[in-house]
Amino acid sequence: MFTHYDWNAITANLAFLWDGMVLSLGLAALAIAGGMVGGMLMALLRLSSFKPFAIFAYLYVNLFRAVPLILVIFWFYFLVPVALGRPVGPFYSALIAFVLFETAYYCEIIRAGIQGIPRGQMAAALATGLSRWQAMRHIILPQALRNMTPVLVTQCVVLFQDTSLVYVVTLRDFMTSASIVASRDFKLVELYTFAALVYLVICLAGSSLARYLQHRTAMR
Amino acid sequence: MIEARNVSKWYGRFQVLRDCSVSIARGEVIVVCGPSGSGKSTLIKCMNGLEPFQQGEIAVDGISVGDKRTNLPRLRSRIGMVFQSFELYPHMTALDNICLAPEKVLKRSRAEAEAKAMGLLDRVGLADHARKHPAQLSGGQQQRVAIARALAMDPIAMLFDEPTSALDPEMINEVLDVMVALAREGMTMVVVTHEMGFARKVARRVVFMDEGQIVEDAPTEQFFTNPGSDRAQLFLSKILHH
Repeated sequence: MFTHYDWNAITANLAFLWDGMVLSLGLAALAIAGGMVGGMLMALLRLSSFKPFAIFAYLYVNLFRAVPLILVIFWFYFLVPVALGRPVGPFYSALIAFVLFETAYYCEIIRAGIQGIPRGQMAAALATGLSRWQAMRHIILPQALRNMTPVLVTQCVVLFQDTSLVYVVTLRDFMTSASIVASRDFKLVELYTFAALVYLVICLAGSSLARYLQHRTAMR
Repeated sequence: MIEARNVSKWYGRFQVLRDCSVSIARGEVIVVCGPSGSGKSTLIKCMNGLEPFQQGEIAVDGISVGDKRTNLPRLRSRIGMVFQSFELYPHMTALDNICLAPEKVLKRSRAEAEAKAMGLLDRVGLADHARKHPAQLSGGQQQRVAIARALAMDPIAMLFDEPTSALDPEMINEVLDVMVALAREGMTMVVVTHEMGFARKVARRVVFMDEGQIVEDAPTEQFFTNPGSDRAQLFLSKILHH
């Protein structure tokens, strides 16, 4: 049934599409790295016994989770240059938006992971003379991270899909590239089908990675 | 060695400890017993500062536990604790469970910590299981590893919080044997347990608690033959009549 479609439009534009993919992957990778580090710190603040820290983290998380990502991306596009006093370009403004936004989501995943570890583990670690931080670092976080790996990977997959929103700040990611070719060459079905398949493959790879990691560590 | 004076603790408005005073001398073994919810576990968790308390004072080797200026991690590193549910770290081998605190807290080298850990594992009869993860060990074996983990810090005293309550009956003795040996070597021990055989064998005194209060603190023989309070008598008749 696909015989009367012209799939050459894809091969002819592979380099153009690849440029877009490089931007998507690069943005996703940096946002994941930044978001996880931010999320980890935010989760520790959220669980801090020092109330102002906990309240700050609570407000942060709920603020960012209450607004759509596309709005945050757009908002930072205008806000970051004002805040820094100089233009930073759409890529960096989008990256900052992603990191701050994803920090909120990773924070909640990591917080839930930490709280899922039985309280006795912390007590046992403290009882041997470890400091609270050492107990967190050597006992709680390794177990929590192992348990939350599937959810973390899922969040990474969602983040990767969300990079397609950067078209609002004129960035040309993979989705935007496919869209440009589709409308220019009038090959809508071909390009959008191709884009869907590419996202599907990447996301399936992500979820099987999650399964593999979970299986590998479940033995321990 | 451990000195608790008029310790009281509340969870919100509920008072879990009422004016508890008890004194444990160096090398002494005492057993704390009483009905569930009587505050036994809470009391020993106050002794190493795992649970805060609002009134009174606890001193371990002359150092006040409740004092805000006390370096609690340092104090805890000198008191071993064994938990009802073992609380081994599931992501580490038995050996790593034992080596962690000596390396991180006492700054011992890996080789030194490992040598000591292997010695302790041998002592609790588990030298062949050093490389296993807790999930591969039985409950009794896990609890023995937990005892070795506490001993690796060269503690001046050991706290046991119902160490055999979560064990299948056939595994209780392997843990109690280790504890009896420890007691006979002169370790200062506070043991929350219902194992009255253990109490008879090694405890110098038995402390009986009910509703957050220390109702009785008597030499072991006296506690069993002639308990001073009705509540202790009732408790004994319930757990000893088989």
